[in-house]
Amino acid sequence: MPLDDTNADPNAARKRWMSVLSRAGRDALEDAYERLDAAPGYGLLRPPETGLVMVQGRANGTGQRFNAGEMTVTRCSVRLGDGSVGHAYVAGRDRRHAELAALFDALLQDPARSADLERDVIVPLARVQQDARERTRRKSAATKVDFFTMVRGEDPA
Amino acid sequence: MYVAVKGGETAIDNAHRLLAEERRGDPDVAELELAQIDEQLGLAVDRVMTEGSLYDRRLAALAVKQARGDLVEAIFLLRAYRTTLPRFGASEPIDTAQMTIRRRISATYKDLPGGQVLGPTFDYTHRLIDFGLAEPAGERLTAEEADAGPDAAMPRVNELLESEDLMERIAPPAEDPEPFDLTREPVGFPAGRDQRLQNLARGDEGFLLALGYSTQRGFGRNHPFAGEIRMGEVTVGFVPEELGFEIELGDITVTECQMVTQFTGSREAPPQFTQGYGLAFGFCERKTMAMALVDRALRADEYGEAVEHPAQDEEFVLYHSDNVEAQGFVSHLKLPHYVDFQAELTLVRRLRADHETANRQEAAE
Repeated sequence: MPLDDTNADPNAARKRWMSVLSRAGRDALEDAYERLDAAPGYGLLRPPETGLVMVQGRANGTGQRFNAGEMTVTRCSVRLGDGSVGHAYVAGRDRRHAELAALFDALLQDPARSADLERDVIVPLARVQQDARERTRRKSAATKVDFFTMVRGEDPA
Repeated sequence: MYVAVKGGETAIDNAHRLLAEERRGDPDVAELELAQIDEQLGLAVDRVMTEGSLYDRRLAALAVKQARGDLVEAIFLLRAYRTTLPRFGASEPIDTAQMTIRRRISATYKDLPGGQVLGPTFDYTHRLIDFGLAEPAGERLTAEEADAGPDAAMPRVNELLESEDLMERIAPPAEDPEPFDLTREPVGFPAGRDQRLQNLARGDEGFLLALGYSTQRGFGRNHPFAGEIRMGEVTVGFVPEELGFEIELGDITVTECQMVTQFTGSREAPPQFTQGYGLAFGFCERKTMAMALVDRALRADEYGEAVEHPAQDEEFVLYHSDNVEAQGFVSHLKLPHYVDFQAELTLVRRLRADHETANRQEAAE
């Protein structure tokens, strides 16, 4: 479910692109990186590191929190030549995915680049992700039961 | 008592080489790729992630391959792997009401908002072996697609009766405390529901299935309905310290079961429906149903019900549900007990001699 960016949250745009980058996977981001006009210079502020996040649930969905189990997460932080910093926390163990997601997070914060990157990278990736989700939803909807009632006996006149 | 016995190194090395060869099997048969296990044995991957208590499909697929399909061994491998990783923190609680639904059924309401969505279920199949699957199909299979997805609003069924006050309301305790964590604290009693649910979520499916079944057959006080089962993707949110706001790590697939049980009332609580809860990674429907039955049985104290049966006894359930712990203690019986056994052998020989002497004396008298 993409984050709603219509509210006044100052971080809304960044949250949205970070969620798209975390779902994108390595290959899509590698592609996008190849298509950049000039390879951006950056250093690793925190090299890619894989760890765990404990996923919490709630009793019956609404009650007290409990620890449902962990998931693997890889994080990375990069710094661009101009000093701006990008972060990424992505599900799974792919270090390159986390590094590229952090790099794009840094680049997207640059007002001079953000509009282009939104148009060329984030919007198309978001569309692919949305399409995949919609296809799943439509396949599920095809399995929805349409009950019909069998009427028995005489119709009272 | 164990005694260090030397001399096994070569045998052990060779046994492991033999294991590797047998794992690979006939080299003329193509080797399994992890993507094949992930895609085509996905429910094995789901079970390993759930009981291994670690969501990572490829890792679980690798564990299944390494364990030659022994899922409890694969679960053990995942549990061992997680101890090598740092913990970044805890997620925001997942919101199953916002799930991208792939399956959602209710046994209590036929016409509920959002409807009954069967999804990729074994239900209503005839359980006849399909010999058509014996050879690769070749052609591409595609599922039917509706014009639009299911209704966006899919209220949880247990919230429908809340408005009538006939369903127990389940709200977080004051201040929504951090939950108990079995990976950092030992099992303790009395156990809060948070500890019990974590234990059950990691618990062995077979053990919980048998216990859940026992409550239906009279060893407990359950008269349950599957109020709702839903499966699909939920977003995992996390607040990294360096950002200070919530971001999305990605989506995970989960199955959830809300079991509804009639309760005739007690001095403190009016007659109503009470609830059990099951949650698992991936598509683990049987597991979540069993978990929900046992969760409800373990809430006996809350409802002033007598604890008379195994499924209601939290020490019995929580101490024995974990198949990694259980197999560890059972498997240790394989370790050399040569000295122990020699001591017992001497003892039994002496007892036998005493017994025979006593018998002869009795016969002589």
